[in-house]
Amino acid sequence: MMGHSLSLAQYGDLFLHYLLLSLLSIGGAITTAPEMHRYLVGQQGWLSDTQFTSSIALAQAAPGPNILFVAVLGWNVAGPMGALVTMLGIMLPSTTLVLAATRWAREHKQTRGVRAFTAGMAPLTLGLLVATGWLLAVPYVADPGHRWATLALMALSVLLVLKTRIGLVWLVLGGGVLGALGIV
Amino acid sequence: MSEARPAPESLAALFWAFTRLALQGFGGVLAVAQRELVERLGWLSREEFLEMLAISQVLPGPNIVNLSLMIGDRFFCLRGALTALAGMLAIPCVIVLGLASVSGALLEHERMAGALRGMGAVAAGLIVATGLKLLPSLARNPVGRAWALILALAAFGAIALLRLPLVWVVLSLGGLGMVLAWQGLKAPPPGGSA
Repeated sequence: MMGHSLSLAQYGDLFLHYLLLSLLSIGGAITTAPEMHRYLVGQQGWLSDTQFTSSIALAQAAPGPNILFVAVLGWNVAGPMGALVTMLGIMLPSTTLVLAATRWAREHKQTRGVRAFTAGMAPLTLGLLVATGWLLAVPYVADPGHRWATLALMALSVLLVLKTRIGLVWLVLGGGVLGALGIV
Repeated sequence: MSEARPAPESLAALFWAFTRLALQGFGGVLAVAQRELVERLGWLSREEFLEMLAISQVLPGPNIVNLSLMIGDRFFCLRGALTALAGMLAIPCVIVLGLASVSGALLEHERMAGALRGMGAVAAGLIVATGLKLLPSLARNPVGRAWALILALAAFGAIALLRLPLVWVVLSLGGLGMVLAWQGLKAPPPGGSA
Protein backbone atom coordinates (compact mmCIF):
# COMPACT_ATOMS: atom_id res chain seq x y z
CA MET A 1 0.00 0.00 0.00
CA MET A 2 3.01 2.29 0.43
CA GLY A 3 3.42 2.41 -3.32
CA HIS A 4 6.46 2.70 -5.51
CA SER A 5 9.81 4.36 -5.19
CA LEU A 6 9.97 6.83 -8.02
CA SER A 7 12.98 8.15 -9.88
CA LEU A 8 13.84 11.83 -9.63
CA ALA A 9 12.48 12.41 -13.13
CA GLN A 10 9.21 10.76 -12.15
CA TYR A 11 8.90 12.96 -9.06
CA GLY A 12 9.53 15.94 -11.31
CA ASP A 13 6.78 14.83 -13.66
CA LEU A 14 4.36 14.29 -10.77
CA PHE A 15 5.16 17.73 -9.36
CA LEU A 16 4.72 19.50 -12.70
CA HIS A 17 1.47 17.72 -13.30
CA TYR A 18 0.05 18.91 -9.98
CA LEU A 19 1.34 22.47 -10.52
CA LEU A 20 -0.72 22.56 -13.68
CA LEU A 21 -3.79 21.00 -12.06
CA SER A 22 -3.64 23.65 -9.35
CA LEU A 23 -4.31 26.43 -11.85
CA LEU A 24 -7.15 24.44 -13.40
CA SER A 25 -8.88 23.71 -10.12
CA ILE A 26 -11.48 26.47 -10.20
CA GLY A 27 -14.37 25.46 -7.98
CA GLY A 28 -12.19 23.18 -5.88
CA ALA A 29 -9.52 20.55 -6.46
CA ILE A 30 -12.15 17.82 -6.69
CA THR A 31 -13.11 19.20 -10.12
CA THR A 32 -9.73 18.00 -11.40
CA ALA A 33 -10.12 14.49 -9.95
CA PRO A 34 -11.02 12.98 -13.35
CA GLU A 35 -7.75 14.34 -14.76
CA MET A 36 -5.79 12.96 -11.77
CA HIS A 37 -7.42 9.59 -12.41
CA ARG A 38 -6.40 9.69 -16.06
CA TYR A 39 -2.80 10.49 -15.12
CA LEU A 40 -2.21 8.31 -12.02
CA VAL A 41 -4.28 5.26 -12.95
CA GLY A 42 -4.44 5.31 -16.74
CA GLN A 43 -1.21 6.86 -17.94
CA GLN A 44 1.31 6.02 -15.18
CA GLY A 45 -0.32 2.93 -13.67
CA TRP A 46 0.82 3.99 -10.18
CA LEU A 47 -2.59 3.34 -8.60
CA SER A 48 -5.43 0.88 -9.19
CA ASP A 49 -9.00 2.04 -9.72
CA THR A 50 -10.00 0.92 -6.22
CA GLN A 51 -7.02 2.64 -4.61
CA PHE A 52 -7.99 5.85 -6.36
CA THR A 53 -11.64 5.75 -5.32
CA SER A 54 -10.95 4.72 -1.73
CA SER A 55 -8.30 7.46 -1.38
CA ILE A 56 -10.95 10.06 -2.16
CA ALA A 57 -13.53 8.40 0.11
CA LEU A 58 -11.05 8.27 2.97
CA ALA A 59 -10.10 11.94 2.70
CA GLN A 60 -13.76 12.96 2.56
CA ALA A 61 -14.64 10.97 5.65
CA ALA A 62 -11.62 12.08 7.70
CA PRO A 63 -11.71 15.45 9.45
CA GLY A 64 -10.18 18.33 7.53
CA PRO A 65 -10.50 19.93 4.12
CA ASN A 66 -11.27 17.57 1.25
CA ILE A 67 -8.15 18.79 -0.58
CA LEU A 68 -6.24 16.28 1.56
CA PHE A 69 -7.34 13.59 -0.90
CA VAL A 70 -4.43 14.87 -2.97
CA ALA A 71 -2.03 14.02 -0.12
CA VAL A 72 -3.57 10.55 0.21
CA LEU A 73 -3.18 9.92 -3.52
CA GLY A 74 0.47 11.01 -3.34
CA TRP A 75 1.00 8.84 -0.27
CA ASN A 76 -0.40 5.80 -2.02
CA VAL A 77 1.79 6.48 -5.06
CA ALA A 78 5.10 6.94 -3.27
CA GLY A 79 4.76 7.27 0.52
CA PRO A 80 5.61 10.49 2.41
CA MET A 81 7.66 11.91 -0.45
CA GLY A 82 4.75 11.37 -2.82
CA ALA A 83 2.35 13.16 -0.47
CA LEU A 84 4.75 16.09 -0.11
CA VAL A 85 5.25 16.45 -3.86
CA THR A 86 1.56 16.33 -4.78
CA MET A 87 0.49 18.68 -1.97
CA LEU A 88 3.19 21.26 -2.75
CA GLY A 89 2.30 21.04 -6.43
CA ILE A 90 -1.44 21.54 -5.92
CA MET A 91 -1.00 24.33 -3.34
CA LEU A 92 1.80 26.56 -4.62
CA PRO A 93 0.29 28.19 -7.72
CA SER A 94 -3.23 28.71 -6.35
CA THR A 95 -1.92 30.04 -3.02
CA THR A 96 0.32 32.57 -4.74
CA LEU A 97 -2.48 33.71 -6.98
CA VAL A 98 -4.99 33.98 -4.13
CA LEU A 99 -2.62 36.09 -2.03
CA ALA A 100 -1.88 38.43 -4.91
CA ALA A 101 -5.58 38.76 -5.75
CA THR A 102 -6.55 39.35 -2.11
CA ARG A 103 -4.02 42.12 -1.70
CA TRP A 104 -5.13 43.79 -4.88
CA ALA A 105 -8.81 43.51 -4.00
CA ARG A 106 -8.21 44.91 -0.51
CA GLU A 107 -6.36 47.93 -1.81
CA HIS A 108 -9.18 48.62 -4.26
CA LYS A 109 -11.90 47.57 -1.87
CA GLN A 110 -13.93 50.76 -2.07
CA THR A 111 -13.82 51.12 -5.83
CA ARG A 112 -17.06 50.55 -7.61
CA GLY A 113 -15.56 47.78 -9.75
CA VAL A 114 -14.41 45.58 -6.87
CA ARG A 115 -17.61 46.14 -4.92
CA ALA A 116 -19.67 45.27 -8.00
CA PHE A 117 -17.58 42.11 -8.43
CA THR A 118 -18.00 40.76 -4.90
CA ALA A 119 -21.64 41.81 -4.58
CA GLY A 120 -22.49 40.55 -8.05
CA MET A 121 -20.90 37.17 -7.37
CA ALA A 122 -22.61 36.66 -4.00
CA PRO A 123 -25.96 35.28 -5.28
CA LEU A 124 -24.10 32.90 -7.59
CA THR A 125 -21.95 31.73 -4.68
CA LEU A 126 -25.03 30.87 -2.64
CA GLY A 127 -26.55 28.96 -5.54
CA LEU A 128 -23.30 27.04 -5.97
CA LEU A 129 -23.19 26.21 -2.28
CA VAL A 130 -26.61 24.61 -2.30
CA ALA A 131 -25.77 22.89 -5.61
CA THR A 132 -22.64 21.39 -4.04
CA GLY A 133 -24.71 19.93 -1.22
CA TRP A 134 -27.13 18.53 -3.75
CA LEU A 135 -24.41 16.97 -5.92
CA LEU A 136 -22.81 15.33 -2.87
CA ALA A 137 -26.12 13.64 -2.11
CA VAL A 138 -26.89 12.51 -5.67
CA PRO A 139 -24.89 9.22 -5.59
CA TYR A 140 -26.81 8.08 -2.49
CA VAL A 141 -30.16 9.31 -3.69
CA ALA A 142 -29.66 7.58 -7.06
CA ASP A 143 -29.42 4.25 -5.24
CA PRO A 144 -33.05 3.03 -4.85
CA GLY A 145 -32.19 1.03 -1.73
CA HIS A 146 -31.06 4.13 0.13
CA ARG A 147 -32.98 6.96 -1.52
CA TRP A 148 -35.63 7.83 1.06
CA ALA A 149 -33.53 7.18 4.12
CA THR A 150 -30.77 9.41 2.72
CA LEU A 151 -33.18 12.21 1.86
CA ALA A 152 -34.75 11.97 5.30
CA LEU A 153 -31.34 12.11 6.98
CA MET A 154 -30.36 15.12 4.86
CA ALA A 155 -33.59 16.94 5.66
CA LEU A 156 -33.16 16.19 9.35
CA SER A 157 -29.62 17.56 9.37
CA VAL A 158 -30.70 20.74 7.56
CA LEU A 159 -33.44 21.21 10.15
CA LEU A 160 -31.12 20.59 13.10
CA VAL A 161 -28.55 23.06 11.76
CA LEU A 162 -31.14 25.78 11.24
CA LYS A 163 -33.11 25.26 14.45
CA THR A 164 -30.53 24.17 17.04
CA ARG A 165 -26.96 25.00 18.04
CA ILE A 166 -25.88 21.37 18.19
CA GLY A 167 -22.22 20.84 17.21
CA LEU A 168 -21.90 19.95 13.53
CA VAL A 169 -19.37 17.24 14.28
CA TRP A 170 -21.97 15.31 16.31
CA LEU A 171 -24.40 15.44 13.42
CA VAL A 172 -21.86 13.93 11.03
CA LEU A 173 -20.78 11.26 13.50
CA GLY A 174 -24.44 10.47 14.18
CA GLY A 175 -24.96 9.99 10.44
CA GLY A 176 -21.95 7.67 10.42
CA VAL A 177 -23.41 5.54 13.21
CA LEU A 178 -26.82 5.32 11.48
CA GLY A 179 -25.02 4.29 8.29
CA ALA A 180 -22.84 1.69 9.99
CA LEU A 181 -25.91 0.15 11.63
CA GLY A 182 -27.50 -0.14 8.20
CA ILE A 183 -30.38 2.17 9.08
CA VAL A 184 -29.64 4.68 6.33
CA MET B 1 -14.11 46.46 9.03
CA SER B 2 -14.72 49.77 10.79
CA GLU B 3 -17.46 48.43 13.09
CA ALA B 4 -16.03 46.84 16.23
CA ARG B 5 -15.74 43.16 15.60
CA PRO B 6 -13.64 40.61 17.47
CA ALA B 7 -10.34 39.65 15.85
CA PRO B 8 -7.79 36.93 16.59
CA GLU B 9 -5.46 38.07 19.34
CA SER B 10 -2.34 36.36 18.07
CA LEU B 11 -0.99 34.08 15.37
CA ALA B 12 -1.37 31.18 17.77
CA ALA B 13 -5.05 31.99 18.26
CA LEU B 14 -5.46 32.07 14.50
CA PHE B 15 -3.68 28.74 14.07
CA TRP B 16 -5.80 26.96 16.67
CA ALA B 17 -9.03 28.48 15.41
CA PHE B 18 -8.38 26.99 11.99
CA THR B 19 -7.19 23.67 13.40
CA ARG B 20 -10.30 23.50 15.53
CA LEU B 21 -12.63 24.11 12.63
CA ALA B 22 -10.74 21.76 10.31
CA LEU B 23 -10.93 18.93 12.84
CA GLN B 24 -14.69 19.31 13.08
CA GLY B 25 -15.03 19.14 9.32
CA PHE B 26 -15.90 15.55 8.55
CA GLY B 27 -16.99 15.48 4.92
CA GLY B 28 -16.04 19.10 4.25
CA VAL B 29 -15.16 22.17 6.26
CA LEU B 30 -17.30 24.92 4.77
CA ALA B 31 -20.33 24.46 7.03
CA VAL B 32 -18.12 24.42 10.12
CA ALA B 33 -16.18 27.47 8.92
CA GLN B 34 -19.40 29.49 8.73
CA ARG B 35 -20.48 28.32 12.17
CA GLU B 36 -17.10 29.02 13.80
CA LEU B 37 -15.90 32.20 12.06
CA VAL B 38 -19.24 33.99 11.80
CA GLU B 39 -21.37 32.63 14.62
CA ARG B 40 -18.95 31.61 17.37
CA LEU B 41 -15.88 33.83 16.96
CA GLY B 42 -17.58 36.70 15.14
CA TRP B 43 -14.45 37.52 13.14
CA LEU B 44 -16.56 38.03 10.03
CA SER B 45 -20.11 39.16 9.37
CA ARG B 46 -22.36 36.96 7.28
CA GLU B 47 -21.97 39.39 4.38
CA GLU B 48 -18.17 39.41 4.64
CA PHE B 49 -18.09 35.61 4.79
CA LEU B 50 -20.20 35.37 1.66
CA GLU B 51 -18.10 37.94 -0.19
CA MET B 52 -14.85 36.18 0.67
CA LEU B 53 -16.39 32.89 -0.34
CA ALA B 54 -17.39 34.44 -3.66
CA ILE B 55 -13.82 35.51 -4.35
CA SER B 56 -12.34 32.21 -3.20
CA GLN B 57 -14.70 30.37 -5.50
CA VAL B 58 -13.65 32.05 -8.70
CA LEU B 59 -9.93 31.66 -7.97
CA PRO B 60 -8.24 28.30 -8.53
CA GLY B 61 -7.67 26.10 -5.51
CA PRO B 62 -10.00 24.65 -2.88
CA ASN B 63 -12.50 27.27 -1.62
CA ILE B 64 -11.85 26.59 2.00
CA VAL B 65 -8.07 26.83 1.61
CA ASN B 66 -8.44 30.08 -0.31
CA LEU B 67 -10.78 31.35 2.38
CA SER B 68 -8.29 30.55 5.14
CA LEU B 69 -5.54 32.38 3.25
CA MET B 70 -7.73 35.44 2.77
CA ILE B 71 -8.86 35.58 6.39
CA GLY B 72 -5.34 35.05 7.75
CA ASP B 73 -4.00 37.72 5.41
CA ARG B 74 -6.66 40.17 6.49
CA PHE B 75 -5.66 40.02 10.17
CA PHE B 76 -1.90 39.43 10.04
CA CYS B 77 -0.85 39.83 6.37
CA LEU B 78 1.37 37.13 4.89
CA ARG B 79 2.29 35.60 8.26
CA GLY B 80 -1.39 35.30 9.04
CA ALA B 81 -2.21 33.74 5.68
CA LEU B 82 0.43 31.05 6.11
CA THR B 83 -0.52 30.47 9.75
CA ALA B 84 -4.21 29.99 8.90
CA LEU B 85 -3.26 27.66 6.06
CA ALA B 86 -0.99 25.63 8.33
CA GLY B 87 -3.71 25.47 10.97
CA MET B 88 -6.15 24.20 8.40
CA LEU B 89 -3.85 21.53 6.96
CA ALA B 90 -1.13 20.37 9.37
CA ILE B 91 -2.91 18.22 11.93
CA PRO B 92 -5.68 16.97 9.60
CA CYS B 93 -2.97 15.95 7.12
CA VAL B 94 -1.18 13.84 9.74
CA ILE B 95 -4.49 12.21 10.69
CA VAL B 96 -5.59 11.39 7.17
CA LEU B 97 -2.19 9.99 6.18
CA GLY B 98 -2.14 7.92 9.35
CA LEU B 99 -5.52 6.53 8.36
CA ALA B 100 -4.34 5.97 4.80
CA SER B 101 -1.39 3.89 5.97
CA VAL B 102 -3.57 1.57 8.04
CA SER B 103 -6.97 1.57 6.39
CA GLY B 104 -6.71 -0.18 3.00
CA ALA B 105 -9.01 -3.15 3.48
CA LEU B 106 -11.03 -1.37 6.16
CA LEU B 107 -12.69 0.85 3.57
CA GLU B 108 -14.09 -2.09 1.66
CA HIS B 109 -15.86 -3.38 4.78
CA GLU B 110 -19.64 -3.16 4.52
CA ARG B 111 -20.19 -1.31 7.80
CA MET B 112 -17.52 1.19 6.85
CA ALA B 113 -19.23 1.81 3.51
CA GLY B 114 -22.48 2.34 5.41
CA ALA B 115 -20.84 4.77 7.82
CA LEU B 116 -19.34 6.73 4.93
CA ARG B 117 -22.76 6.92 3.29
CA GLY B 118 -24.40 8.18 6.47
CA MET B 119 -21.68 10.77 7.04
CA GLY B 120 -21.85 11.83 3.40
CA ALA B 121 -25.60 12.42 3.58
CA VAL B 122 -25.28 14.57 6.70
CA ALA B 123 -22.32 16.48 5.22
CA ALA B 124 -24.44 17.25 2.16
CA GLY B 125 -27.24 18.46 4.44
CA LEU B 126 -24.84 20.73 6.32
CA ILE B 127 -23.75 22.46 3.13
CA VAL B 128 -27.35 23.03 2.04
CA ALA B 129 -28.14 24.42 5.50
CA THR B 130 -25.15 26.79 5.32
CA GLY B 131 -26.47 28.11 2.02
CA LEU B 132 -29.91 28.68 3.55
CA LYS B 133 -28.39 30.44 6.55
CA LEU B 134 -26.48 32.88 4.38
CA LEU B 135 -29.57 33.61 2.28
CA PRO B 136 -30.76 36.65 4.32
CA SER B 137 -27.49 38.44 3.56
CA LEU B 138 -28.70 38.83 -0.05
CA ALA B 139 -31.35 41.29 1.14
CA ARG B 140 -28.76 44.08 1.39
CA ASN B 141 -27.08 43.17 -1.89
CA PRO B 142 -26.92 46.07 -4.39
CA VAL B 143 -28.11 43.65 -7.07
CA GLY B 144 -31.55 43.93 -5.48
CA ARG B 145 -33.33 41.22 -3.55
CA ALA B 146 -35.45 39.83 -6.39
CA TRP B 147 -32.57 39.65 -8.83
CA ALA B 148 -30.30 38.11 -6.21
CA LEU B 149 -32.79 35.29 -5.61
CA ILE B 150 -33.24 34.71 -9.34
CA LEU B 151 -29.47 34.52 -9.85
CA ALA B 152 -29.01 32.13 -6.92
CA LEU B 153 -31.79 29.85 -8.17
CA ALA B 154 -30.45 29.94 -11.72
CA ALA B 155 -26.96 29.05 -10.48
CA PHE B 156 -28.36 26.11 -8.53
CA GLY B 157 -30.31 24.89 -11.57
CA ALA B 158 -27.40 25.30 -13.95
CA ILE B 159 -24.93 23.40 -11.78
CA ALA B 160 -27.03 20.84 -9.91
CA LEU B 161 -29.68 20.01 -12.49
CA LEU B 162 -28.28 20.90 -15.92
CA ARG B 163 -24.66 20.09 -14.94
CA LEU B 164 -23.26 22.97 -16.98
CA PRO B 165 -19.51 23.64 -16.67
CA LEU B 166 -18.71 26.06 -13.84
CA VAL B 167 -16.75 28.38 -16.13
CA TRP B 168 -19.83 29.17 -18.24
CA VAL B 169 -22.05 29.64 -15.23
CA VAL B 170 -19.59 32.06 -13.63
CA LEU B 171 -19.13 34.01 -16.84
CA SER B 172 -22.84 34.31 -17.61
CA LEU B 173 -24.65 34.54 -14.26
CA GLY B 174 -21.64 36.07 -12.48
CA GLY B 175 -21.29 38.59 -15.29
CA LEU B 176 -24.97 39.50 -15.12
CA GLY B 177 -24.73 39.83 -11.33
CA MET B 178 -21.77 42.20 -11.66
CA VAL B 179 -23.53 44.39 -14.20
CA LEU B 180 -26.59 44.62 -11.94
CA ALA B 181 -24.43 45.32 -8.89
CA TRP B 182 -22.51 47.98 -10.81
CA GLN B 183 -25.76 49.74 -11.66
CA GLY B 184 -27.13 49.30 -8.15
CA LEU B 185 -24.04 50.81 -6.56
CA LYS B 186 -24.06 54.16 -8.42
CA ALA B 187 -20.66 55.83 -8.27
CA PRO B 188 -18.80 56.51 -4.98
CA PRO B 189 -19.95 54.09 -2.24
CA PRO B 190 -22.62 55.52 0.06
CA GLY B 191 -21.19 56.04 3.54
CA GLY B 192 -18.03 54.06 2.82
CA SER B 193 -18.08 51.64 5.71
CA ALA B 194 -21.64 50.38 5.34
